Order: sequence, then structure tokens, then C-alpha cells
Amino acid sequence: MEAPSAAVIASKAGTGPQAFRFFTSLVLQESTGLRASTLPVLVKLLREVPDSCIYYHTHYFLLQHHYLTPEPTNDFAYWVAEVLGEGALGELLASIDVMEHASLQSLREVVAGTIEQYLQQNPGARLKFVSAGEEFFFLKSVHVIMPTSYTASTLADFAQVLEHISVRALYFHIFDARLRIGQPTNDFARWFTEQLGLKRLGENVSCLDPYAHTLETLRGILLSLIREELR
Amino acid sequence: MSGLAAYEPIAGPSTVAELIQLAKRLADRRVVMVNSTRVGGGVAEILNRMVPLLTELGLDVRWEVVEGPGPFYRVTKAFHNALHGAPELISQEMYDLFLEVGRANAERLDLDQDIVFIHDPQPIVFVERRKRRPRARWLWRCHIDVSRPDQVAWSFLEPFILRYDAAVYSAPAFTQRMAMRQLLIAPSIDPLSDKNRELNTEEVDAVLQRLEVPRDRPIVTQVSRFDRLKDPVGVIDVFRRVRRSVKCRLVLAGGTATDDPEGEEVLAQVRDRAKGDPEIHLLLLPPNSDVEINALQRASTVVLQKSIREGFGLTVSEALWKARPVVASAVGGIPLQVQHRYSGLLVHSIEGAAHAVKQLLGNPAYAKRLGENGREHVRHNFLLTRHLTDYLLAFLSLDYTTDTIFLNGH
Repeated sequence: MEAPSAAVIASKAGTGPQAFRFFTSLVLQESTGLRASTLPVLVKLLREVPDSCIYYHTHYFLLQHHYLTPEPTNDFAYWVAEVLGEGALGELLASIDVMEHASLQSLREVVAGTIEQYLQQNPGARLKFVSAGEEFFFLKSVHVIMPTSYTASTLADFAQVLEHISVRALYFHIFDARLRIGQPTNDFARWFTEQLGLKRLGENVSCLDPYAHTLETLRGILLSLIREELR
Repeated sequence: MSGLAAYEPIAGPSTVAELIQLAKRLADRRVVMVNSTRVGGGVAEILNRMVPLLTELGLDVRWEVVEGPGPFYRVTKAFHNALHGAPELISQEMYDLFLEVGRANAERLDLDQDIVFIHDPQPIVFVERRKRRPRARWLWRCHIDVSRPDQVAWSFLEPFILRYDAAVYSAPAFTQRMAMRQLLIAPSIDPLSDKNRELNTEEVDAVLQRLEVPRDRPIVTQVSRFDRLKDPVGVIDVFRRVRRSVKCRLVLAGGTATDDPEGEEVLAQVRDRAKGDPEIHLLLLPPNSDVEINALQRASTVVLQKSIREGFGLTVSEALWKARPVVASAVGGIPLQVQHRYSGLLVHSIEGAAHAVKQLLGNPAYAKRLGENGREHVRHNFLLTRHLTDYLLAFLSLDYTTDTIFLNGH
């Protein structure tokens, strides 16, 4: 089956806006068996592993710790700072703006490049290593995407459904749509603009930096924007 | 309310709804689960809850158990220790017995199913039979910490593992570089079981009274089988260090599993070390003491899990689910459950464990915050509903080779 490029379904009458179908994305974790105990090995493997590894280590933590404020950092930043003890590099990796990267390849480049540059400036960091069991383990995710039973035909319907969908569904329409499937915006913003003709709402939702919020906070912000529009 | 619906208030209605949607894609698939015991230990506990729920979800699931003579369990225990990295001498006779009993069981059981799900090494040789039905999917589920296995034992098992469609491990550190799919599925706790359900104060008090554990001072507890790898003797050493400066009691509670012949020996060592100390409460609990364990964990000021190695260490999630502050060794799957200084304290030594326990006993507000964070972490990552979802995803993923799987409406 083709990827749902936009989560819209045809309206029953065949006229008017198409309804929005909510999908969800369930994640199965898989190990590559690759592990790094030093920064040089980490950066070498970073350049070799499949895109799904880069995606996993820069995104899965958002789902895993979605209830925490502030959220922990991405996996690379966490390991470098908390396990290897290179706090300054960890800070640099944590502050990479994922929104600036439209592809996983570009994100891979910036993560690897940040580490390489740091190693040039701090050659002593090349020698640091962690003991067995504390290495960085390269994992990847298998995403199973399926439609939920929820649809919305109007903005009011949409707001009602948004309150109830899982964080995984929210994640799929905001994050998966933008980076993993290569869309420049997110599914919600597109639907508001293209189907409901709500350009301002679409722009406001498209401009949101989802990486700066927990998923529950994001849900709250989206609901506020929609309710404001409904008023 | 029973069955899946009962999990909605805890895990969330959307989580249960997604689980049901996913299961529709696997309706009527015939699954056989095989492990080594129906009673005692985490695997049996999980299967006891999981099999009925998978059935409710529409899969046709059977649960079979390997049967063997006493010496077979000596051999499998030796394998278990060796895979955990302990030095074990496994003789040719022992390997032969392992193969012989495994093959006899494979002959006895009906393995003609769509999905054959083998747990741990005891039934691993069953995979020799897969050639009779090539379209069936075979999964090997390893519940053991195999991060640093004895190489002789691993070399013996590896050819069998490679014949499965996928191996499933509890933590990334357990995976190896192997030419096969290695899935990661953490185990889980059941929030509705007697071991984890809510208890009121009267129920907790009654259990403590019956077990003769006074509540006159803080209680430090470790719940685990009397197994060398859980380091119960080390726990007593930790307690004695803590007690030098903080008045408290130690509860060491556990039992032994039917597939663990070493339990009695370890228990004797622990008894010897604790002898004559009225503040150490050594509780040898019979199987099905779930309410007692629940109450002991809830009555604890700090819960300790000072394991040397761990398959996963689910007692940590049990304690966190009760919002108890936890001090635990950074081994096996424990670092997945405890984020250091956020949802508990990770330690690497007796000295470190004693220091951490003292920190928590001396800072109740900090201890409370760790416990509350821990409960949320478990809610989102280590409940049975997440585990069921992962198993269904694993079954489904065996039909695909891509990293993204789109399922049609159903």
C-alpha cells in the first residue's frame, strides 16, 4: 500500500472539503548489533547506519518520554553528556534544530559534523571510552502505520477528536509527515489550509516547532489555536 | 470489568483501541508459546497474563511447557548461568541431555502453527522441526542478559538461534552482531494483577502484621528469587552499612522457581549471613504470594534491586509503579527502567548502593519525586498493554522486509 501522503478521505457527497482521517504509528524497536564506546567509532558508524537509525535516535525519545517537562535530549546528546561525560558536546548535539533539516541525510550530516568538529577542537575527547554495557547501541525503528477509527469533517469535529487521539497518532501527523515521509509541513496544517481554506490557522500550525514541546503540550497548543479560530 | 477493557482507565482508551485495531490484522493466527515453567519467575508470570489477553484479541494461542527430568534442569540452570557470563563447566553429557530432552519435547508437542514463539534456551532446539512447515514464523525470545555470555555455551546455541526468523531481546546491550533480525521488546508488569493492583492502607497493614514486620522505622526492601545473581548477600552488606547511620529495617522477600535447583543453596547462605539480626526480615514466600509482595513494596521507604546480572529486573518496574524510590544496579534492563537521578538511582557497588539508600532515606521529598516520575515512566513504557502491542507488531513485521509498514483500514 502507498504511504498516505495526506490523511484525507473523500467526503460522502463528493463535494466540499474532504474529511481528515487520523492515522497512528506504532513503533517496533530493532537492534543493528552495532555499538560505539568512543566518539571516533560513534561518528564512523553514524555515517554508515541506515536512515531509520538516524530517525530513531533523534525522534524516538519524543514518544518514550512525552510526559516529561522538560524532555530529555536526543539519544546522541544524552549518551555523549551523561555516559561519556562530554557535557559541552552533549549540549551542542542537544541544541541541533531538527526543524532546519528537511531530510534524514541532512540531519545525519549535522550530527556527524558536529562531533567531528568537536573532536578537531578537543583531540583529548577521542581517547574517552565507556565500559562494556554502556556503549551507544545503534537501534532502528520499524513503523507500523494504520488508520484509526477517527475522522473529522469540520474544524469543530477535529478539535473533539484531537482531545482523544493517542500521542502516537499526534506524533504521526506532526513528526512522521514532516521528516520521515519528506513533507515540508505537517498533515494538520495542510488539511486546515487545503481542505478548510483556513490559511492563517494552517500557517500558525505549520510554524509550530514540535521539537520544542512535549507531545501533550503540543496537543494543548493545537487545541488553543483551533478554539481561537472557532471563536 | 475484566479483560482488555479494564486496562483503559490505566493505559488510556486510545492505547487499548489501537491494540484492538492492530490485532484485527492477526485474527485467527495460530500461535504457540513454549517456555520451561508455568509457575515462578518473570516469564511464567507474563505468559499467565498475556495468553488470555492475546486470545481475547482474536489470536488462537496455546501455551506449552517443556518437561524434563531433574538433571535436565541442572543443565538448563548451568546454561542460564553461562549465558549470564558466569564460569560453568558444561560437559558433553550435559549437552547431550539438553538436546535429547529438547527433541523429545518437540516430538511430543504440536508445533504445526502459524507462529512458534520459543522462550529462552530450554526449548531452543525445537527449531530443528521448522522444516516440516516452512511458511510458519519462528521467534526466539531471550529473557536472559546475554551481553557477555560464556563463549562456549553461546557457540553451542548460536546455530539454533540463526535458524529463527528473528530473535527478541529485552535490552540493546543483549544483542550481538548476527546475520538475523534482532527485535527489542522489554517485558512488562500487569497493573491489574494481585502483585500490582492498588491496595488500601488496611490491606498493607494486615500483610505486614501477618509477616511480623514492624513499621516502627523505615523499611528497605529487596524482592527477588533467592538467586546468586540477585546478590541477596550483598543486600545484607548494603543494609549493614546504611544502618550505621540510619535506623531502618531490611526485608528480603522471595521464593524459588521450580526450574531453579540452586535456590536452596543460596537461601542457606543468606540465612547464615542474616542469623541473629532482628532487623533483617528474611521472608521465604510461597508461590502466589502476590498480595504480600505488593504490600511489602508499598510499605517500603526504599526499594533495592542490587542484582549482579539481570534478564530485565521487573521488580524495579513493580516498585516504580507503586511510586516507590528505587536504588538499583545498572545492569541488564534496569537502566531502561531507571533514569539515573530522574526516576531512581543507579549504582555499581555495595558502597554506592548504601550511599544511595542513605540519600533517599534522608531526603523524603527527593525520594517522593523520583518515585512519582518512575510511576509515569512505567505507565508509558512497561505496562502489559505496551508489551502486547510489541508482540503483535513483531508477529506482523515478520511478513515484511521494510522499515515502514502501512496497513489498510480494517
